[in-house]
Order: sequence, then C-alpha cells, then structure tokens
Amino acid sequence: MSARDLNLWYGDTQALYDINLDMYNREVTALIGPSGCGKSTFLRCLNRMNDLIPQVRMKGQVSLEGEDIYDSSVDVVQLRTFVGMVFQKPNPFPKSIYENIAYAPRLHGTGTSRSELDDLVESSLKRAGLWNEVADRLDTAGTELSGGQQQRLCIARAIAVNPEVILMDEPASALDPLATATVEELIHELKDNYTIVIVTHNLQQAARVAGYTAFFHMGKVIEFNDTDTLFTNPAEQRTEDYITGRFG
Amino acid sequence: MDKKGFSQHISRQYNEDLEQIITRVMTMGGLVEQQLESAMDALVNGDQAKGEEVITSDYRINAMEVELDDACTNVLARRQPAASDLRLIVAVIKAITDLERIGDEAERVGRMALHLLEEDRRRSPMAEIAALGNQVKGMVHGALDAFARMDAEQAVRVAQEDIKADAQYDAIIRHLVKYLEDNPKSVPPVLDIVWATRSLERIGDRSRNICEYVIYFVKGKDVRHTSFEQMAEEATGDRR
Repeated sequence: MSARDLNLWYGDTQALYDINLDMYNREVTALIGPSGCGKSTFLRCLNRMNDLIPQVRMKGQVSLEGEDIYDSSVDVVQLRTFVGMVFQKPNPFPKSIYENIAYAPRLHGTGTSRSELDDLVESSLKRAGLWNEVADRLDTAGTELSGGQQQRLCIARAIAVNPEVILMDEPASALDPLATATVEELIHELKDNYTIVIVTHNLQQAARVAGYTAFFHMGKVIEFNDTDTLFTNPAEQRTEDYITGRFG
Repeated sequence: MDKKGFSQHISRQYNEDLEQIITRVMTMGGLVEQQLESAMDALVNGDQAKGEEVITSDYRINAMEVELDDACTNVLARRQPAASDLRLIVAVIKAITDLERIGDEAERVGRMALHLLEEDRRRSPMAEIAALGNQVKGMVHGALDAFARMDAEQAVRVAQEDIKADAQYDAIIRHLVKYLEDNPKSVPPVLDIVWATRSLERIGDRSRNICEYVIYFVKGKDVRHTSFEQMAEEATGDRR
C-alpha cells in the first residue's frame, strides 16, 4: 500500500504535507510522532475514514496493489473489507462474540450458511489467539470480555472479512502490559498474512513490533526507515530529539 | 550525535544519569592513566614503591567498572534509551571493559618491574621500552579525550597511532630475541621484559578499541575490524 504526494486539509488548516510513504506487503509499519503530528489522520486516509468528516479536503493518491482507493469507481464499504481498522478503545458490537465475527461476512455475503459462518468464526478467533479463551461461550456478549480480549475480538472481527491490510490506531494503549504483550505477539503472527500499519505513542512498542517506522512531525514524514536503523542511528536530528526525549 | 550533549532531555533526571556516567568514565580513565604512569616509573626507573602501588590500586579500577556496568544497566532498564543515548550506553559498557583491561595490563607491567628490580637493566632496551610506554600512554589519553569531546576524527587519529606502537613493539621483541640467542642463560628476566612489553602493546590495541567505540557513539558506524582508511571515511563522513 502506498501514498503519493498526499496533502490534507481540515477546512483551511493543512494537516498533511506531501506524504510519500510505502507500506510494504506482509510487514508491520509503525507511524510515530507527537500528538497532532498527523499520523492518525494519515492512517484514516488509508481506508477513507476521513470521508466521513465534513470539511476534509485531500489531494494526492493512496493506492492498494496499484489501484487508487480514491477513484470514483471504488465502493468504500468494499474497500474497508480490504483495509480493516482496529481502534484504540476496543469497540465490540453489543452482540454475542459469535455475532461480532459473523456480522460483516454475512453482510458482505462472504459467509452464508451456518456451517460456513461457524468455520469462519472459529478460524478468525484462532488467528486472533482468542479461540481457546472463548470457544465454550460464543454466545456471551463481546462486551463482557476483558479489555485485552475485546481488542483481540476486534482484531478477529477485522480478519473475518479477509482483508489485505489491517490499520491499528493505538491498539494497546488502553491495555495492561500483559494484554499488550498478547496483542503485540498477535501482531507479530498476523504479519505473515496481512500488511499492518500501526499508530502508536509507545516508542518501545514501535521498536518491538514494526519492521519499518515512519516519524511524523507537523504533518510531514520526517524520516522513514527500517526500525533498527531509525531507533539506533536516525538520520534526522528531529527524529533523534523525539525518540530520545529531547526538546525539539 | 550533535554536540548538544546530555542536557537536552525533557527529563532532567535522565540528563543527570547520563552526565554522571560520562563523568565516572572519565574518572575511571584518569585512574587507569595514573596506574600506567606508575607502572612505567617502576619499569623504567626501577621505582619499587610505584610498582607496589600499581599492584595494590588495581581494585579501584575494578570497582569502578562494576559500578559503571550497574549504572548502565539501570539506564537500560529504566529509560530504554534510543539513538545516540543507546549508542552512548553501549559504547560505555564496552569502553570500560577495555579500560579495566588496560588497568590489568598496567598491573602486570608493575609486577614485571618488581621482578626486574635486582636485574641489570642496562642489558634491556629500556629507552625503546620507555618510548613504547610513552606512545601507549599518549594513546590512552587521546582515546579518553576523544571520548570526552565526542570527537570521531580525533578518535581516528589516535587509533592510527597503534601502527607506530606495533612497530615499536616488533623492534623491541626482535632486539630481545637476538639478545636471548647470544645469552641463553638469561631467559627468565628477559621473559619478564617480554611480558611487560607485550602488555604495553596490548594497551595500544585496547586504546584503539576505545577509539572505535567513540566513532560508533558519534557516527553510529561500527568500524571494528575495518581498515584505517574505512575508519577515517566513516568518521569524517556525514552520519549515515
């Protein structure tokens, strides 16, 4: 997935400037930067979530496997099955665990019969590392799970429609360290099958989970590099100042 | 690494932690230099008191190494340093190992000097050994200075001094081998001189190592096991 010359305005205020970024297939790319730097805004461009915000204007291109996702022929609902999203606060539907997973496939017609849906629910929960914990209570409400389990349920829900890309906006910032470690381990496993883009304030988390990291500052990508290099020997002074906790 | 130093973190406590580590490395370096100075006095001038002092003082350097390792471990655990801060901690952990070993080598020179007190010093190439001693003392001092100044170019210049130290060492050993061929009965004292000379040569090598860590810290480039030309290129070039 890639962005080319991407500019975005909220009304008269420009929030993103000439973003050029490649998010490699089957890799985890972390977006880091101070609050208000544009990383979440950028993340939302990747599945057209900003379409929902009035006064947002965008210029430039975002493409998924060579196709411009902002092309007028693109069905946005369909797009979001290719590019799933996991939010900061786990937001399961107020439905059973089973229905949380089965809802979207049923809507999109990718799973119709009961047995197809059963299989899909099981495989999605397995991939999200949640199956063993919930297999015997699939009709419990998703909201009754612990925070970490809810977040993995949301990841399972994203996986159920078989996306190419999973976007994660601070997926572990509301979780305790153990639940965070479980989610990070899951991200590591998901990378074999999905392209993952994760926004995080936790620099160590970026260092732990991402193969590539982009540092955003004031709406621009200051530096993009493999995570090892970015965290041990960044090229830009602003990156250095940010990741070492210095005054910029 | 820019030369803003370590006073720019938002956390003042972090600044203090790192500044204290650097100060302690310099203190440890000062002790090591003093030990080497005393060892050379004992070896070249037969100063027995200095020789004994070197042997009894080595524990202070060892203790500083342990303390500094502990301080670095704490920073790693509590601060999760990144970029130049991380490179500083890695460079310190490695540099103090070499400093401690330089202390050990100085102690060995002191021991050999005590063995040689009763010997006739005129038959050993003492002037050449003194010159090698001065050469490696200069290297230790230069390496510490480059570290304190975060000066990669100076680190290259100091590392290159090792070529001269190696040549001096080779010349002394050739001289001693020749002497042994002519005087096969004086093997034990000459061996002591060989050991002391060897220790001095090793001090040059370890000073060079410290210079390599300075370049890693300042430039983010690992120049170990490279040629001096490559080292110079990395040290003078832009970061990355």
